[in-house]
Amino acid sequence: MALTNEYIKEKLAEKFGDQVVDFNEQYGLLSFSTDKELNLKVLNFLVEEESLQFTFLTDLCGVHYPDNKGKELAVVYHLHNLKENVRVRYKVFTDVQQPDVYTATGIFAGANWMERETFDFYGVNFIGHPNLKRILNVDEMDYFPLRKEYPLEDQSRVDKDDEMFGRGNL
Amino acid sequence: MSDHVLLPSGSIEKQTTTLNLGPTHPATHGVFQNIIELDGEKIVAADATVGYIHRAFEKIAERRPLYQITPLTDRLNYCSAPINNMGWHLACEKLLGVKTPKRVDYLRVIVMELARIADHLICSSIMGVDTGAFTGFLYVMQYRELIYEIYEEVCGSRLTTNIGRIGGFERDFNNTAFEKIDKFLKEYPAVLQEFENLFTRNRIFMDRTMGTGPISAERALNYGFTGPNLRAAGVDYDVRVAAPYCSYEEFDFDIPVGSTGDSYDRYQVRNAEMWQSLRIIEQAMQKLNNLKGGEATEYHADVPEYYLPPKEDVYTKMEALIWHFKIIMGEIDMPAGEVYSSVEGANGELGFYFISDGGRSPYRLHFRRPCFIYYQAYAEMVKGQMLSDAIVVMSSMNLIAGEMDA
Repeated sequence: MALTNEYIKEKLAEKFGDQVVDFNEQYGLLSFSTDKELNLKVLNFLVEEESLQFTFLTDLCGVHYPDNKGKELAVVYHLHNLKENVRVRYKVFTDVQQPDVYTATGIFAGANWMERETFDFYGVNFIGHPNLKRILNVDEMDYFPLRKEYPLEDQSRVDKDDEMFGRGNL
Repeated sequence: MSDHVLLPSGSIEKQTTTLNLGPTHPATHGVFQNIIELDGEKIVAADATVGYIHRAFEKIAERRPLYQITPLTDRLNYCSAPINNMGWHLACEKLLGVKTPKRVDYLRVIVMELARIADHLICSSIMGVDTGAFTGFLYVMQYRELIYEIYEEVCGSRLTTNIGRIGGFERDFNNTAFEKIDKFLKEYPAVLQEFENLFTRNRIFMDRTMGTGPISAERALNYGFTGPNLRAAGVDYDVRVAAPYCSYEEFDFDIPVGSTGDSYDRYQVRNAEMWQSLRIIEQAMQKLNNLKGGEATEYHADVPEYYLPPKEDVYTKMEALIWHFKIIMGEIDMPAGEVYSSVEGANGELGFYFISDGGRSPYRLHFRRPCFIYYQAYAEMVKGQMLSDAIVVMSSMNLIAGEMDA
C-alpha cells in the first residue's frame, strides 16, 4: 500500500491527538508542527512506526520569524521514507529568549553537524548535543548572524563614499 | 575526539601524536582541517574543522532577486556548477509554477550529465594522484577541458557557469556546442576505458583503496549519505529516479551500486556512473533530433514575468522593455510558500529549501549540501586505519570545500 499524506496525518492524529497542528500540503509535501517538547517523541514515532519508517534525515535547518512572538525560531526537519519514497516536513517553534530544543543526534548521526550549523546561525540550543559549538563561523563570534535583526546592507543607500563601486557622491 | 583522552602537548604520558592535516595541505584538495590523533601510523581519533571559506550565501540570498542567486550556487560544488544552477532554477520553477518545454529539459539533462562526468572524472583521477599515479589525471584532464569548452559555447564561461535562466536557457545551443558534444560522445568512451584499464585492476591501486574507509549501508543512511557514497554502500537511492526532474523518467539508465562502501567501491560507482551519463547524453541527443516543428527550436518557457527578454527586443519592443524593467527592478512578486526541491548533484542530493513570503527575494533559503552532511562520518570511517588510508578516503569521498562551507 502506498504511503499517502492522508495516512500519515491519520497516524499522527491517532498517536498525538490534537498536539500535531498546522497540517498543510504545499506542493504535495506534507508539513506539520508540534510543541518543541514533543520533537523527539514525534521523530521517534516517525522513524520507528512500522508503517511510516521515515528513517532518513534529509535536512535540518533553522528559520527566524521575528514577528511570531514567543515562537520566533523554527527548527525544520525534512524526513524521507526511502522505501516508499515519501517526504515530510516537520517543524518545531521555540522562543528566541530561551531557544532550547532537544537534540536529534540520538536518532540520526547526521543531525550532529546540521544542528551545530543551526546553532551557529540561529542560536538554537540543542539540549543533549555531544559537541554544540560553532561550525562555520569563528568561535569568538558573539551573535547569531542569520537572525533577521542583522539585515544586509541596503543596496540603495547613498551615504557611503564608495566611488569605485558606483556609490560616489551623486 | 570524544573517546580519546587529550593530554597537554609535551606531556610525558602522551603516547600519541597529533597531526594537523590541513587547512592548506595538498591532500585535502580544499581548505579544511583534519586533526588526526596517531598511535604510530594508526589513527585513533579524528576531528574536523570546516568553515574556512564560509561566505554566508544563505544570508546574501535573502537580499537578492532570484536571478542573482544563480551565481551564488555556482560557488557551492564548483566542479559541477551547472547542476547547482539547474537545481536552483528547478526550485524556483517549482515555486513559481513554471513548466518548461521538453527541449529545455533535454538540453538541461545534457549539460547536467556533462557536469556529472566532469566532476566524477576529477574525483576518480585525483584518487589516482593520491595513490601515486599521475598519468591518468593528466590524461582525462583533456576531456574535462572539452566539457568546459562546451559550457563556454553554451553560456560563455567555464568554471562558475551561471548557465540558464528560470524557464530555460538565455540563448540556444549553437552548432559548435552540438559538434563538441558529438565529439565528446565519440572520443570519451575510449578514454574512459583506457583510464579504467590504468586503475581498476591495478594491483597498487587496489591494495591502497580496497577496505579503506568502509561504511555500512545502515551507518551511511544514518549519517545522511547521498549520491555515489551512499550507492557504494549498497543503497540504490538516486534523486533522478526517486523524484525525476527534467524528464529523467523518459531516460533509460542504471543505478550502479557497490557493496562494502569502501574507497574502491566509491571509485567503481563513479566510473560506472560516467558510463551511464554517456548513455543519457546519447539518448538526450536522440530525443532532441526527434523533436518537430516549433518544439525543435524552443529554448525557454513562455514566462515573460520571470524570463529576461532578449536584449534586441528590449531596445525595440515596448512589452519586452516593460518586462525587462520589472524583472531587473524586482517589481515582480513571487507567490508566498515553501518548497523543497532537490537534484542529484555529482556528490549527492543537492536540496534547496526555499521559503518565500511574497517579496522579491527569498525569506529564507537553505542549501542542503551533500558533502557537508557526509563529511561528519569521516572520523568514524578512518578510525583504526593507517594515516596513508586517511588521504585516500578523503579523496574518494569527493569533498568540495566550497560546498561544505556554503
